[in-house]
Amino acid sequence: MTISLKSALLRTSAVVSAAAFAATTVAADEITYVSGATGAAIENFAALVAPWEEATGHTVTIVPMPSSTTDQFGQYRLWLAAGNGDIDMYQTDVIWAPQLADHFVDMSEVAGELMTTHFPSIVESQTVDGRLVALPIFTDAPALYYRTDLLEKHGYDAPPSTWEELTEMAQAIQDAERAEGNNDLWGFVWQGNSYEGLTCDALEWVKSSGGGQIIEPDGTISINNPNAIAALELAATWPGTISPEGVLAYQEEEARGVWQTGNAVFMRNWPYAYGLGNGDDSAVKGLFAVTTLPTGQGHDTSAATLGGWNVAVSKYSDSQEAAISLAMYLAGPEAQKQRAINESNLPTIMSLYDDADIAAAQPIIPQWKDVFLQAVPRPSAPTRQDYNEVSTLFFTAVHSVISGEESAADALADLEVDLEDLLDK
Amino acid sequence: MSTSDVNTAQRGRGRELNLQQQRVRAAYMFLVPMLIMLALVAAWPLFRSISFSFTDASANTIFNGQSDWIGFDNYIERRVRSNGEVRWRGVLVDGDWWNAVWNTVRFSIVSVALETFFGLMVALVLNMEFKGRGLVRAAILIPWAIPTVVSARMWGWMLNDQFGIINHMMLSIGLISEPIAWTASADTAMIAVLIVDVWKTTPFMALLILAGLQMIPRDMYEAARLDGINAVKVFFKVTLPLLRPAIMVAVIFRALDALRIFDLIYLLTPQSDATVTMSVLSYREIQQFGDYGEGSAMSTLLFVIITVFVLLYIKLGKVDLAGEKS
Repeated sequence: MTISLKSALLRTSAVVSAAAFAATTVAADEITYVSGATGAAIENFAALVAPWEEATGHTVTIVPMPSSTTDQFGQYRLWLAAGNGDIDMYQTDVIWAPQLADHFVDMSEVAGELMTTHFPSIVESQTVDGRLVALPIFTDAPALYYRTDLLEKHGYDAPPSTWEELTEMAQAIQDAERAEGNNDLWGFVWQGNSYEGLTCDALEWVKSSGGGQIIEPDGTISINNPNAIAALELAATWPGTISPEGVLAYQEEEARGVWQTGNAVFMRNWPYAYGLGNGDDSAVKGLFAVTTLPTGQGHDTSAATLGGWNVAVSKYSDSQEAAISLAMYLAGPEAQKQRAINESNLPTIMSLYDDADIAAAQPIIPQWKDVFLQAVPRPSAPTRQDYNEVSTLFFTAVHSVISGEESAADALADLEVDLEDLLDK
Repeated sequence: MSTSDVNTAQRGRGRELNLQQQRVRAAYMFLVPMLIMLALVAAWPLFRSISFSFTDASANTIFNGQSDWIGFDNYIERRVRSNGEVRWRGVLVDGDWWNAVWNTVRFSIVSVALETFFGLMVALVLNMEFKGRGLVRAAILIPWAIPTVVSARMWGWMLNDQFGIINHMMLSIGLISEPIAWTASADTAMIAVLIVDVWKTTPFMALLILAGLQMIPRDMYEAARLDGINAVKVFFKVTLPLLRPAIMVAVIFRALDALRIFDLIYLLTPQSDATVTMSVLSYREIQQFGDYGEGSAMSTLLFVIITVFVLLYIKLGKVDLAGEKS
């Protein structure tokens, strides 16, 4: 008896809250949301949207995709070009807005007020010709993860501040640990597969060594310069010495695999690895810290590639209104806070960096504001429709350098010619 | 001879012709649904793909037909840059494309040769009579039955440089002193692809060759045995010549498949210059860059290259595909 009474009460409260939203929503819609699967995002998603589902009466189905953003993009563009209405909402990478803008709904009027609380540069990156095509749900900027216990054990009191220092430190610790029988330990793991992630890694080496950002905001091709060449030459010495040779096929998750089993001194990765690294099944729980990425060639500012994810509503969706409401919820403070606490995703809402709950659960997030301030965008704005091809030319050239097939000077000289050919139409 | 006799004979022949014509007509009627299906699923996409290669179709224009005819520009184009410099562009002058062609051809020749050799070995073993032959024949087909995506992932983990069992085994018996990054390193990536492809496809070759073996009449072996000819000579003088047509056809099937290899390369390796093949490049152009024009030009060239290879093979190997000589 009590049970049925309870469920009746629950139902009434659901009806009441649904009624509150009745002004905006008429019938219960089913929203299909497509997103890449990295870390625990898919597992946590049901809990994340539960309050929204309860409040509006709509339901969300998540369609997981491979975590490679290159693979996701190809598939999404095909669906959108064909005017496919099966997917209502897309989780989009920060670099996609200029390429996919035509297929998404403009949310500038609905979200205008909410967006004033977000970092202006991120909102700007999702605005194409005055249309706000996607709402930021979290931002991303990588950092250097380092093992505090190993650094201390081998007599280092601070993490490296330059790439040269990192190379030496990693080599010294790796040699010393291996001499003690710790044969699986590596100095530094990162993302060396030939895919979008290598563009991010290599852009950081180049930019933090004073070698520019491949293509400058005004469209100048700047990549063929001595600092960039030196930065790539240094990186080319890593595979096989301080990094396993397999790093040439690593994406984020492979690097995290080596790191989280306790087999690396340093790792370059995105914030999501912080929460997972401190999970109960992690061999490095409590044994590591993060800092800004090093600099190189005597240059003094570090660089972190600006990543981040947004949600965009498809123009071809039949439930646009419900999808926009979900986008607003995911970009809002409640969902961003939950994401920050559960998945160590960086909020795009400025005030959340001062939030006490987030600081308690993920002490790293307030600190990450420093990393974020040095973020460098990939050249997606000046290259627009050609960005993917520019990025592929860049990561292919870098991959041939780090795998030792070509010298950095030759590869970048060729790259410059290829970029000129591509962009000079 | 009376005229009526002649008439009867002519009528008879006329009826016969009519019957023949009717049978031909009936045969066509039975074939028509099949021909329509083939036109829909093979000829039409092929025609579309070739016609796209002469346009500037992109992901944004492919569905609304706003692409323009640009002739052979996707294949080869003379371009004068704004600073007056002349540049040749297009697939035919693209170094990456020729690198991919070389990778594909190299992969095809080595993999088909190895698969034919091992397939022949396996087929000869399976052709002998021993206890549990049925079970072994079924078991040997397992690699072929596993979808490539699954076997590529499985082998990817087995070949992994940190956690892979292959490195572990080779290390523990002292074959290598430190783990090899099989799929990542440019020197070994193609070898890794070959290992997995040979593992997967040898059963298929074995099956086709086994079918050929079973067609060889038993009495030929008996005659050879009565004449006291040794086993090696029997193999080279009896088995191999009689098996040749079956092997030649099996090799064609495999070569067609190998020349358009995509899945293993895409899943197992970083798709760097060391392993990238024609199909991977074409996929990248279409799917990732949205350039349907240039991607279709690559597909068309792939089609042409495969055709040339197969024609050469049939001509040089005197393969009897129509079965006229038997």
